[in-house]
Amino acid sequence: MDSNSISNKLLDENMSFIAKPSIKWILKVVVLALIVCVGLYALFLQVTKGHLITGMRDNVVWGVYIVNFVFVLGLSYAGALIAGIFHLGRVKWATPLQRILKLITVFSLIIGPFYILLCLGRPERLFDLFLHPRIQSPIIWDVVAIVTDLVFCIVYLYFTYIKDFALLRDNSDKLNMPNWRKKFYKFVAIGYDDTPKQKKLLNQSLDILAAIIIPTTIIAYSLLAWLFGMNLKVGWHSSIFAPFFILSAVYSGVALLILIMWIYRRTRKLEHIFTDNHFKYLGFALMGLSLFYGYFYFSEYITNWYNMQKTSGLLWEKYLDFSEYGFYFYGSIFLVTLLPAIVIGIPWFRSVGSIAFTSVAVLVGLWILRYLMIVPVLETPYVPIQDIRPDWVHYSATWIEWSLTIAGVALFVLFFILVAKIAPIIPIAEMEEDQEEAKKIVSPKEEV
Amino acid sequence: MGSNSRRDFIKKGSALGLIAAATGAAGIAANQSEKPTGEKMKVLTTDGKVIEVDKPSSNCEIEPCAPPKGEEARKGIPGRSFVMVIDLAKCKNARKCIEGCQKGHDLLPDQEYMKVHLMKDNPEAEPYWFPKNCFHCDNPPCVKVCPVGATFKRTDNIVLVDADACIGCKFCVSACPYSARIFNWTDKESYASNDPNYSPETGTPGQHGTVSKCDFCPDRSREGKLPYCAMSCPMGAIYFGDKNEDAVYNGEETLRFTQLIKDRIGYRYLEELGTKPNVYYLPATDRMFPYERGFSSLSEEQKEVMEKSIESK
Repeated sequence: MDSNSISNKLLDENMSFIAKPSIKWILKVVVLALIVCVGLYALFLQVTKGHLITGMRDNVVWGVYIVNFVFVLGLSYAGALIAGIFHLGRVKWATPLQRILKLITVFSLIIGPFYILLCLGRPERLFDLFLHPRIQSPIIWDVVAIVTDLVFCIVYLYFTYIKDFALLRDNSDKLNMPNWRKKFYKFVAIGYDDTPKQKKLLNQSLDILAAIIIPTTIIAYSLLAWLFGMNLKVGWHSSIFAPFFILSAVYSGVALLILIMWIYRRTRKLEHIFTDNHFKYLGFALMGLSLFYGYFYFSEYITNWYNMQKTSGLLWEKYLDFSEYGFYFYGSIFLVTLLPAIVIGIPWFRSVGSIAFTSVAVLVGLWILRYLMIVPVLETPYVPIQDIRPDWVHYSATWIEWSLTIAGVALFVLFFILVAKIAPIIPIAEMEEDQEEAKKIVSPKEEV
Repeated sequence: MGSNSRRDFIKKGSALGLIAAATGAAGIAANQSEKPTGEKMKVLTTDGKVIEVDKPSSNCEIEPCAPPKGEEARKGIPGRSFVMVIDLAKCKNARKCIEGCQKGHDLLPDQEYMKVHLMKDNPEAEPYWFPKNCFHCDNPPCVKVCPVGATFKRTDNIVLVDADACIGCKFCVSACPYSARIFNWTDKESYASNDPNYSPETGTPGQHGTVSKCDFCPDRSREGKLPYCAMSCPMGAIYFGDKNEDAVYNGEETLRFTQLIKDRIGYRYLEELGTKPNVYYLPATDRMFPYERGFSSLSEEQKEVMEKSIESK
């Protein structure tokens, strides 16, 4: 069969995952696991000694943890949203990106909630959130949203794997797979044989799931935005928050997608799959989003500035003052709103490398802007802080918070490395289908 | 003969008032009633003599006297509508309210349910001292956001925290626009979880990793006593009472609440936030002391921080 040769070609090229782990691979896993262990040790200290060993105090009650929570969940929702839109829009060039997007979604959706658990003074009472929930509380909205989203996204991810699992099962003998792999693929492929009926069912399920996931993620991230927006705090109590959160989530998701594509392209020599065009298209998307982001930030600023209220004035003073947050504020605004426009907008600068570099800068800038959205606001309550303890006035994260932050990143990478051992990080079966369809369009007569 | 008549006078006239003064436990005047039991107790008169007077039936003002636990603690004292009035003209930052509260609630020296801020309303106005506790709002932003119902609003206006239910998410701390809530950051020997004697009304023993705050001392109201802060204020700046009785008391005088707020143009801090606080302030006009006198109870460092914070920008 014709299709077999295509899939075999794709399969052959991407079968390195089946090989026995190399020393380098094991080393990577060990290092990442060690970083995670340092984070776990920090967690142990925090639980046994109390929250005083973090930088959190009565005014800044959350700090870096909640910044990570918002940021990581943003990546997740963005992954789901973009994947869903690409899928329903039948955007063919984006098919190779689908798996990465869904993996981003699920991994960050697993890691993100841990950061809010780190904010709990009594983590052992966590299950009270499920036993005695009060629906009035935005935290419960988040619990419901995250759990719902997690269920849908894991199902969605699994459904998109089925065709590949079946493909791997059918080629298991040819690829000299060890026995456990054969059994595993047979089990997870749940008897999918690519019969027309099965195909129709699966494709319909994928369409329905994509259609569910798009509104679910929008609702879920809006609910997260309202965790802040529902507070009476100056700097949070703003109706722009939910759309602003969605926008920055999509923005950060595109940046992370570019970064991961670039890493795979470099390390696995996947230039023909993650092509220059992919970088160009996503680069333009990044640039467009940066302009939108700048527009949102500016409109938030200008409405505050035009008629500056007292507490709001104190807050913006902190943002713009170089002895406070000025350096971070201007720096991150540059990274997030201007840099993509310069690097990607001007053809002379535009290249795969520069686009990847920009996406790293965007991720860093967006993280800092989330920090600025949270910490200075908590440092600027209505009642002036007249405390003489400097750590009560100014938040500064301790190594506990930083090591748990880095542990989260390490865990994310670790998840990617481990899951890439189960199946290729590109959806081979789907790409094959696309190529088949493309052939049909080019030479329709052959079919007759 | 002379001393006898004097003794009679004291006995008949002001026995209960004296008991109150001697034990430092003044009831809400409007609510006082004498119930002689036949038992005698010794009290000290103003001129230093020990006398015997009738002992009142119990020191319980509101039944049940013991602070309730669990579900019962969430209901509130029937028929009560507690309210506080703070007369800013009388406050000289003596900080006795803070000390009294800390002692009563087993707080660390840096944990303040009652804070005294230095405020300045506009560049021309004189600064003034501003004691601030929990306002026990009728529309409390903290209660709205609690995910597990550990903090709740009662029928007697009081907002309490049940430390046994608190998961320590701190959302209420950030939701309170008045910075009234504190988190128990460090563990203490006296802390205990699920202590049988714990009542949200007393807040003791506290718990590590939970949120706590001013509780309006309903346990003391049950005994007919003023909250620790009102009782400790040497200036009588803090009035506590009941809206339903329309009376507030500062340990020296009982005033009609509505009349007081009307006459002195009492206000609620940040009224525009719509939280409907139950703590009212009487403006700091015609102050009894220059505000600078309040600095004597502060460290030089604290003074600097406060002066910097009210600098007009």
